[in-house]
Amino acid sequence: MLNRLGKQTLLFRNRPKVVGSYSVVGPKEGRGNFGKFFDKILEDDLFGEKSYEAAESKMLKLAITEAINNAKINKDEIDALFAGDLMNQIISSSFAARKLDIPYLGLFGACSTMAESLIMGSCYVDGGFARYAACATGSHFSSAEKQFRFPLELGTQRPPTSQWTVTGTGCTILGNTSTSNIYIENATIGKVVDWNVTDANNMGAAMAPAAMSTLKAHLDDTGRTPEDYDLILTGDLGKLGSEILMDLMEYNGYKIGNNYNDCGQMIFSNTQKTFMGGSGCGCGASILNSYIYSRMRNNELKSVLFIATGALMSTVSSQQGNSIPSIAHAVSIKIEGSK
Amino acid sequence: MNELERNERYNAYVEAKMPKTKPWPSLFHAFWVGGLICCLGELIKDLCLYFFPYMTTQDAATWSLVALIILAALFTGLGIFDRIGAYAGAGTIIPITGFSNSIASPAVEFKREGLVFGLMSKMFIIAGPVIVSGVVASIVVGIIYLFI
Repeated sequence: MLNRLGKQTLLFRNRPKVVGSYSVVGPKEGRGNFGKFFDKILEDDLFGEKSYEAAESKMLKLAITEAINNAKINKDEIDALFAGDLMNQIISSSFAARKLDIPYLGLFGACSTMAESLIMGSCYVDGGFARYAACATGSHFSSAEKQFRFPLELGTQRPPTSQWTVTGTGCTILGNTSTSNIYIENATIGKVVDWNVTDANNMGAAMAPAAMSTLKAHLDDTGRTPEDYDLILTGDLGKLGSEILMDLMEYNGYKIGNNYNDCGQMIFSNTQKTFMGGSGCGCGASILNSYIYSRMRNNELKSVLFIATGALMSTVSSQQGNSIPSIAHAVSIKIEGSK
Repeated sequence: MNELERNERYNAYVEAKMPKTKPWPSLFHAFWVGGLICCLGELIKDLCLYFFPYMTTQDAATWSLVALIILAALFTGLGIFDRIGAYAGAGTIIPITGFSNSIASPAVEFKREGLVFGLMSKMFIIAGPVIVSGVVASIVVGIIYLFI
């Protein structure tokens, strides 16, 4: 029996549970709309390290170790760690993993990594390959600016379509136990979609078609409508990208709006001057691992479709004039007893 | 609708939908901040001439440039320049302050990768193209000057 629905969706029959979670964010994110939900807010985004890259790695390690504590299990019971980030050669994840002593698989899905790691963790736990799996990702504003854009102190103006990379990490611990009522129901793996957007300052527009493609595939595969979810949550499309996604879905005959939101659009307050909102792996990861699970634990949200989106370009491909290929993965997260 | 046509339509739709920079406020910010920097330059020049009566006007102008470069580099290091730049845009980029910032900011950013391959080599990642095109332009002008 194949554990699949339709063309792109994996069905997790053993219902891997979300047994622990933890989120770490920087000071600016702490002052944003979700400050009271994050588990740890740093006072200084260097986090006592010599570089922002090292700080990002330390934040990721902290999220993983504290999520394990939150799950109230022993570190030795974690049989697999799935993690990724935005740095070249995913150094933040691998450098965090070198101190953790857990079997590790590094992932790269740009900002879609939270969904990608959840999917891999769910497969492992569902298939009986791991008792517990840790799924983590994160990003750091200062290290991302350095790698993808300009030096921090350069006096340039950001274009109005730009987004602000979130300094944040998040980790979910999945396990096959009955200690939690939140479980991963199914997941839709996205295809790489490229509608020829070349502007690296307009990620929302580049990624919206990928989100549309995955959401549509998910609904087709599961035979559902958008209304079947309490919340459809994209990772970091930002204000413009979310509006485009709503338009694209409407064009395809689906109305989303009332139960739709985007982590990038939500995370910062309007006074924080981030233009289109937040972006980066840490954007979806920090909100999912704090606000969303907390609302699910309180029974306020019963079914969430988390769609993390990623732009799969590099600085080299952009300079060579290539367009931005994008991807989105959807994960259906539910609480026991919901339909 | 084929793929090419779809992409063209999508990009046209995005272009129409995306927020644009408002030119008038940007121009105003750039004008008053840029103007202020130029006034400061003039002030430094006049002060040089006042305190050092034997200094030529050209030397005084040079010292005023040096002072502005040092001030911009100092403000970059203090983490203030990027905020002024984000507000003023071309107002801080066009005067010599922008050039100073474009060299000082990568120096600050990349000093963690070491003195030689970090600071010294990365210092010119923003200003390098300006220097190259300046040198090329001066060669072209020099050749033209040779024949007239």
